[in-house]
Amino acid sequence: MNRTGLSRLVNPQTVALIGVLIFNWLLFPGFFNVTWQDGRFFGSVIDVINRGAPVAILAIGMTAVIATKGVDLSVGAVMAVAGAVAATFVESGQPLAVVVGAALLIGLVCGLWNGLLVAIFDIQPIIATLVLMVAGRGIAQLITEGSIVTFTDPGLIFIGTGSLAGIPMAAVIAAALLLLVHLLVRKTALGLFIEAVGVNRSAATYAGLRSKALLIAIYAFSGLCAAIAGIIAAADIRGADANNAGLWLELDAILAVVIGGTSLLGGRFSIPLSVLGAVIIQAMNTGILVSGFRPEFNLIVKAGVIILILVIQSPKAAMFFSFNKTSVRKGQTAS
Amino acid sequence: MPEPEIVLQAKGVCKSFAGIPALNDVEIALHAGEVHALLGENGAGKSTLIKILTGAYRPDSGEIFLDGHPVKPRDTLHAQTLGIGTVYQEVNLLPNMTVSENLFVGRQPTRFGLVDKKSMDSQSREILKKYGLELDVRADLGSYSVAVQQIVAIARAVELSGKVLVLDEPTASLDRHEVDALFDVVRGLKARGMAIVFITHFLDQVFELADQVTVLRNGSLVSSQTIPKLSRTDVVRMMLGKDVITYGSAIAGGERATGDVLVKFENFGLNGKVRPFGLEIRKGEVVGVAGLLGSGRTEIARLMFGIDTADVGQATVDGKRVSLRHSSDAISLGFGFCPEDRKADGILGDLSVRENIIIALQGSLGWHRALNNDEQSEIAEKFIEALDIRAASTVMPVKFLSGGNQQKVILARWLATDPRFLILDEPTRGIDVGAHAEIVRMINRLRDDGLALVVISSELDEIVAYSSRVVVMRDREMVAELRGDLISPATIVQAIDAQPESIPA
Repeated sequence: MNRTGLSRLVNPQTVALIGVLIFNWLLFPGFFNVTWQDGRFFGSVIDVINRGAPVAILAIGMTAVIATKGVDLSVGAVMAVAGAVAATFVESGQPLAVVVGAALLIGLVCGLWNGLLVAIFDIQPIIATLVLMVAGRGIAQLITEGSIVTFTDPGLIFIGTGSLAGIPMAAVIAAALLLLVHLLVRKTALGLFIEAVGVNRSAATYAGLRSKALLIAIYAFSGLCAAIAGIIAAADIRGADANNAGLWLELDAILAVVIGGTSLLGGRFSIPLSVLGAVIIQAMNTGILVSGFRPEFNLIVKAGVIILILVIQSPKAAMFFSFNKTSVRKGQTAS
Repeated sequence: MPEPEIVLQAKGVCKSFAGIPALNDVEIALHAGEVHALLGENGAGKSTLIKILTGAYRPDSGEIFLDGHPVKPRDTLHAQTLGIGTVYQEVNLLPNMTVSENLFVGRQPTRFGLVDKKSMDSQSREILKKYGLELDVRADLGSYSVAVQQIVAIARAVELSGKVLVLDEPTASLDRHEVDALFDVVRGLKARGMAIVFITHFLDQVFELADQVTVLRNGSLVSSQTIPKLSRTDVVRMMLGKDVITYGSAIAGGERATGDVLVKFENFGLNGKVRPFGLEIRKGEVVGVAGLLGSGRTEIARLMFGIDTADVGQATVDGKRVSLRHSSDAISLGFGFCPEDRKADGILGDLSVRENIIIALQGSLGWHRALNNDEQSEIAEKFIEALDIRAASTVMPVKFLSGGNQQKVILARWLATDPRFLILDEPTRGIDVGAHAEIVRMINRLRDDGLALVVISSELDEIVAYSSRVVVMRDREMVAELRGDLISPATIVQAIDAQPESIPA
């Protein structure tokens, strides 16, 4: 069972990503061209990681939620709320730290609310988070007073459009968050606790885990991730659009997690693979865009690729493909 | 008295699920005009047998005879047309449809191809009159009490079938008055020559209504006898195990040297769950908890472990008052708890054997002090060896282990926390004979090592074998504590069975 580093890289997600990238390259030979301009990289590949960053950040929080057998439908709306808070605060002349802090705090509060409904009141996650999915956009509109609040603060704009060592800021933030969270769940026992609660919440409680506190913390974390994505999205367009910011992105985030191989039934999860899932989705979006396909094909092609990935991951397919492998392994333990 | 004719008979019925036998060579014979009580603890095979008789399951082997002819009910609908009807505990009718629609759904009388409501309603009134019910058949069924719904369900089943009626815990949610009304209906059907199977947990009702009693235990037929030949004690004994007599004199647990009091519960209880009880557990002793299912035995374990929070009373450990508001409180005091329902509350099925073993220890260490891979493996392998857990590898999901090995994994989970006080709820349920004996040996060894243990079990011979004291639960109340020579299956059965009147309030 000790898989080497190399064989670990051979999984449906990496194969799919490589497949999508090759397909993009065939359709659009300039896909991998990267140029250096104005102190930063440009090119389709850079575009993929830049555009994919918000969904990737959402997927990091969503993975933790889904691993506990939950789901967070509110993240798109929370993005709008956080964006609205950031925009109105920066327009009222607050310093950048306060602006970002306030936006993150509102995301955290939204997540705490979800966690409270799920963990304390035992409301099904899909319903509990639906509340904020609907109400969130209303809240965002109240904050922006119904209009699109635009801003010109260079600091805030930098978060969405700036770059660090030539890499887009959004991608840098997503990568940093991925690294931080991955280390946090895998170098501490948090990952095990999340999986235990997701596999069997009752048994986890009997084993002495504070399941309720854990659930609340995870939904709060998902809210925080949504707020980060919301700040990036607002900074990107230099304005807070309560109606459209983060619209339907919760579905992309869930899809990214599922493509990443985390089961909606909870339990085992992988945050890096979820982020890879988000990159796959964005690679398809960008590929279809640059290859000059009619946009009508977008959704159909996307759906086709997703079905393919999911079928490859299904237990039936796994049984079919790994039949030889397991019979060998059995032979080894018997000897 | 001439022997009434046999209406329905099952012979040599065997059924297993995924290789685990649920029924083993069971037979039952239902006579016309007889109320036949089918008894047994949960998991004894009652519902499997009923589902086979009513066509919901097919037997692996064995035959069913209706009026002397072999039949093979394909499904419940087919069984109904053969004459076998069932009324379940949860009324399986449609509360949002009218009474008459419920009686006739699927076979509405028609006129010119349309449902003839008028004739349906008048026929419904006719039918229900036979059951002593006069009500508005056009009102929604849901507007009537459960008892009325129950009788409507019976009427429907009788109209559809007419030979055999199976009543699966029909009185579970009825009050005394409603039970009487229901019994009148059943007696009426009996007088009409129907064979009635009556499943219940209430022994009083068995003796009030039934003519014949069949007891199942662990999927096998224990006995089938007519009521006049049986006493309540006989029935309890048959349900819990008939080995009681053979083990009666073999008490070893009487005078064991025990240590100081470790855990003490005083006036400990939770409104609506368990009446306040007092219990002391000493180091190096096993306190057995006996009682029928639903007697409150699992509830006291949950209270003692902080899964439910007591609303009265206090707990002390080593003489110091402690608060038990969450399982982690109990664990930090050195408590451990193997729950009754291993699958629902015990194992983390998709996680590995190793993770299942270290989870409670890791939980008590906290999230930030993670055991690394080597530490996890070392702990897991130590207990896999000590408890002889048969697993192909420590990283395989625990759900692929057998029941006995899963139970040992949960035991290992608690032993890894180095506990002082262990609560085991039905530690030997549903596991094979070999693992069973090992777990009993393990309990003895832990006691000799100075642990305090509370063991809940339905296996009286087992409780007698390892307990230094036995407390008996009945109706969510601790009703007796047996010590020394008083511990025997016979005295336990007596205490379980004793009429409430004979116990001082």
